[in-house]
Amino acid sequence: MEIQVNGESRRAERNDLPGLLRELGYSGETFAVAVNGDFVPRAQYPDTRIAEGDHLDVVAPVVGG
Amino acid sequence: MLSRKELQRYSRQIMLPRVGEAGQEKLKKARVMIVGLGGLGSPVALYLAAAGVGELHLVDGDRIEISNLQRQILYKTNHRDKAKAQVAAQQLSAANPEIRVHPHDNLADESWLRDRLGDIDLVLDCTDNLETRHAINRVCRALRKPVVMASVLGFSGQLISFDFAAQQSPCYACLFPPSADREVQNCSTAGVMGPALGVVGSMQALEAIKLLLGLPVASLSQLQLFEAESLELRPLQLQGNNDCPVCSNP
Ligand SMILES: [Zn+2]
Repeated sequence: MEIQVNGESRRAERNDLPGLLRELGYSGETFAVAVNGDFVPRAQYPDTRIAEGDHLDVVAPVVGG
Repeated sequence: MLSRKELQRYSRQIMLPRVGEAGQEKLKKARVMIVGLGGLGSPVALYLAAAGVGELHLVDGDRIEISNLQRQILYKTNHRDKAKAQVAAQQLSAANPEIRVHPHDNLADESWLRDRLGDIDLVLDCTDNLETRHAINRVCRALRKPVVMASVLGFSGQLISFDFAAQQSPCYACLFPPSADREVQNCSTAGVMGPALGVVGSMQALEAIKLLLGLPVASLSQLQLFEAESLELRPLQLQGNNDCPVCSNP
């Protein structure tokens, strides 16, 4: 399927969020994930399904002021 | 009541229907704390002082270095080695003698914040590290103080506000839980674009004024991502998080 990740088109196989994040190369706990504009609580990752055309935002905290 | 001098000084703001004399009086009565007087704190403090926010508490334990001047627009070259909070207070009092400005040249740790936030109406988190951000998040939530948080690194900025006076607000730890192994990168190690701080700091000041006036706030429980390269602003909505270490532990 084709999805948008941080504004860029990506092809991906997995449709469960934890598997998809691994497939896209994200690991660790330093980021938050939004699907179609809404952040998903970490505990709901396993129940979150991603579909063709979905917009994913993988966001780490920006630190600096 | 606003004096004639104040009516004159703030006339361009008072003539806005969404501000008016009533709004200006709300700003005058407000007690606001700005934590961090660097690249974000500079425009934030300058705009809030100019707008007539009645009492400003300025918190920063650092001294001014020459490498700050590329972005920290409160300070001039001859301020080198002086305490940021003190110089900032002088500059803001000169910009607007109608307001009260209180410098605090110390670190904003959790116990200090708990002692000092009692009579504060709104906090602006302009800090450059996650430890202080999480301390501000915990204390503001416990004392039910609204907070506007921002950060900028490189060409990227983030802005989010929480109204902890309202029921059931999520918090910063719902978004990014505190973690010991988070890599520490900030302006001193990675660089930052000065005007990007100006944009995000100005948005932070806008959100603060809107919160004080009771106007709708576009960053309320919503992370605004700013990209200085494309000038894009992207909102991402945050919900409460049941396993948040702060919210699940009141
Ligand atoms: Zn929380």
